[in-house]
Amino acid sequence: MAHAETAHHAEATTTGLNHRKLLMWIFLGSDCMLFGALIATYMVYRGQSIVGPYPVDILNIPVTTISTFVLLCSSFAMVQALAATNRNNQRGIKIWLLATALLGFTFLGFQVYEFYTFSVVEGLFIGTNLFGSTFFTLTGFHGAHVTLGVVWLVSLFIVAFKGRLGPSTALDVELAGLYWHFVDIVWIVIFTLVYLIGGYDAGPVAAGVLTGPIPSVLPV
Amino acid sequence: MATTTGVLARPTSYSGVWSWLTTVDHKRIGVLYGATAFIFLLIAGLEAGVLRAQLARPNSTIVDGQTFNAMFTMHATTMIFMAIMPMSVAFFNFVVPLAIGARDVAFPRLNAFSYWVFLFGALLMHTSFLVGQIPDAGWFSYANLTSRTFSPEAGLDFWAIGLLVMGASSVAGALNFTVTIINMRAPGMSLWRMPVFIWMTLLTSILLVLAFPVITVGLIELTMDRNFGTNFFNTSAGGDPVLWQHLFWVFGHPEVYILILPAMGIVSEILPTFSKKPLFGYPVVIFSGIVIAIMGWAVWSHHMFTVGLGPVANSVFTITTMLIAVPTGVKIFNWIGTMWGGSLEFKTPMLFAIGFIALFIVGGLSGVSHAVSPSDFQQQDTYYIVAHIHYVLFGGSIFGIFAGIYYWFPKLTNRMLGEGLGKWHFWLMFIGMNITFFPMHFAGLDGMPRRIYTYPVGYGWEVYNLLSSLGYVLLFVGFVMFVHNIFHSLKKGQVAGHDPWDAPTLEWSISSPPPEYNFAEIPHVRGLDHYWIVKREARAAGQPVPGPEPHAAPGSVHMPSPSYWPLVTAFGVVWIGGGMLIDVGWDYIKFPISFVGGLIAFIGVVGWANEPASAPDAHHGGHEAGHGAAH
Repeated sequence: MAHAETAHHAEATTTGLNHRKLLMWIFLGSDCMLFGALIATYMVYRGQSIVGPYPVDILNIPVTTISTFVLLCSSFAMVQALAATNRNNQRGIKIWLLATALLGFTFLGFQVYEFYTFSVVEGLFIGTNLFGSTFFTLTGFHGAHVTLGVVWLVSLFIVAFKGRLGPSTALDVELAGLYWHFVDIVWIVIFTLVYLIGGYDAGPVAAGVLTGPIPSVLPV
Repeated sequence: MATTTGVLARPTSYSGVWSWLTTVDHKRIGVLYGATAFIFLLIAGLEAGVLRAQLARPNSTIVDGQTFNAMFTMHATTMIFMAIMPMSVAFFNFVVPLAIGARDVAFPRLNAFSYWVFLFGALLMHTSFLVGQIPDAGWFSYANLTSRTFSPEAGLDFWAIGLLVMGASSVAGALNFTVTIINMRAPGMSLWRMPVFIWMTLLTSILLVLAFPVITVGLIELTMDRNFGTNFFNTSAGGDPVLWQHLFWVFGHPEVYILILPAMGIVSEILPTFSKKPLFGYPVVIFSGIVIAIMGWAVWSHHMFTVGLGPVANSVFTITTMLIAVPTGVKIFNWIGTMWGGSLEFKTPMLFAIGFIALFIVGGLSGVSHAVSPSDFQQQDTYYIVAHIHYVLFGGSIFGIFAGIYYWFPKLTNRMLGEGLGKWHFWLMFIGMNITFFPMHFAGLDGMPRRIYTYPVGYGWEVYNLLSSLGYVLLFVGFVMFVHNIFHSLKKGQVAGHDPWDAPTLEWSISSPPPEYNFAEIPHVRGLDHYWIVKREARAAGQPVPGPEPHAAPGSVHMPSPSYWPLVTAFGVVWIGGGMLIDVGWDYIKFPISFVGGLIAFIGVVGWANEPASAPDAHHGGHEAGHGAAH
């Protein structure tokens, strides 16, 4: 934000925080509520599917562990990209931005493979049962976030190739990084809840939410 | 970044349609929001007219049940999402930068984007009238009435996608105002020196940012159930319609405060001005607002007392709902305390503000009566609820909004709104409102369900309904007078000057209408009610009261330039939604059409990012240099 720093006093901010950075943090709060509602839907319907396939039938925890590892590595690369930007290491900026984007892209590849196997091979489609509806919606929205992140990183890479990234524009990289780390953290929550905790659900089980049909007697 | 060095010129007078399409000026965007919202307010009012005409007499056949369902659904949806909310946003836009001593909002182009997405989204939902498949499942569209089985027509897709699009607009706008208020206050304006309206705007914005994603998820699940065969609310696959109710009301109850907090803020500005004394207990009003904004998240299930959540849930939500009445009641005492012992001036804004307090007390009391869950079992889905919601939203929000229009119109136009017509307007509204909505309490307690399109003779509901419909006529005449007043006063109204009300806040210290850049010199705020402090000191010292600063030389103030990228991006975003509504019998055509919208939006974003916020000349568009700095 060389722009704001060199410009008039009117552009100094009340808190000292940059406008765009503040915006990004508040937006991430908003996005938390989006994923919160999606995850809540998944958890409410956990174990409520009437017909299979059930999570234990198709979730491949080892494979998804690898893709999770890949996504976590991309966060490391993102940190390196920002560090390189702050040090004005032009070669480092390009390498680490590209590495982040490629790791994100690899994660998406795993997801495409997973969606393909689950649906075409194993027969779990979005309308098959509640597990299919909630699983594909939740992970699909996460995948859409990752895709947007990859597009953003590639755009930054193009900008970097023109030599326009450096300490004075480090905020452009930092904002993408905030978003990228957020998307990673959300995946850790999803991986834990859907795969590690819920991955062994077989058949309609009591998930502690509803243990039977809704009671028909109203409290009076 | 080559554009930053000089002092940048911006045309000081420009006109024509194109200037409105590309404007990023918060005052003009405020006018756009206000005018659009007012048109939708009139549309929703006419829809209410259809309802009242049908219900005036028993066994009426003016419209059939289907049309009636569509009318009450669109009346409520339009009033809430396309009239009251954007009206409040109009005030946010016009007032916030002026009252905090800023030259614009933090992200002027994002602000324009919010408006265009709102407009296109509202139009998208209203195209359902053109195809004759109007949403008809009520404003909270409970599952599973909304499934393809029970609502095969496309009306609910228009409803869901229209709301999704307008939700994007609301969140973008709310992000913008949150950052603006936190980050762009004039030097000296600490949080505890912010006018109450600014505080309420901040709280409303935070509620919007956090509440809208929840309804977004609900609407996405609804859209996917209807179009892609998912099972979220499909009971035969184990889905639970109650989930929709939770998602809707986790959003829906904060939404109630999103609708009322801005009006509370407006009233808190007007009462001190016309009582000639500061707001009584300013910190208490603010804390009450904060408590309402937090507690608003803990009361949603009071909309669901009859669902069967169990005695524990019902008791907890009864208690939280009664608790949230406390900070609301505290505010009412603060407002009364403000007027107590003041030298009251009963100008039209003050009348509407006092009307707000009176009517909101009635609405609040009936609200507490259905906070009690056993009592609510009697009231659920009756006209008693309809009476309650109209006392808080019409008597509350709309009266607050009218108070604000009469109060700030002189700042916007340098003309006073006619006092005579204004008083007629107020009394017609106040009496008409009570004749329309008060009998609904009795109709409801006598068992008249809401949302029935007609009723037989002999239940004792005839007289209440006839009264309600006659009251509508008074309201209608009141609105006609208001519209006449606006057009008349724009041309022939008394010239206002910069401070017609002897008001305490910053916006009254500059000329009317405010110049492009608002403040030639950013003021240094010396306390709460800054302008009162300045004026009082001048009077005490026997000096003339400082008037507005002289206008800056053209081009001497650095301002963001107009841009067409927000319009392009908004068009693309709404096209994505519109594509999902294409119905030619083959579902997969939706994706390529929506994808085109995505491409348009992407081009818009790229153009936006590559355009500096302030151009070195008046031309707008694809300047290649630099990343647009946000300010």
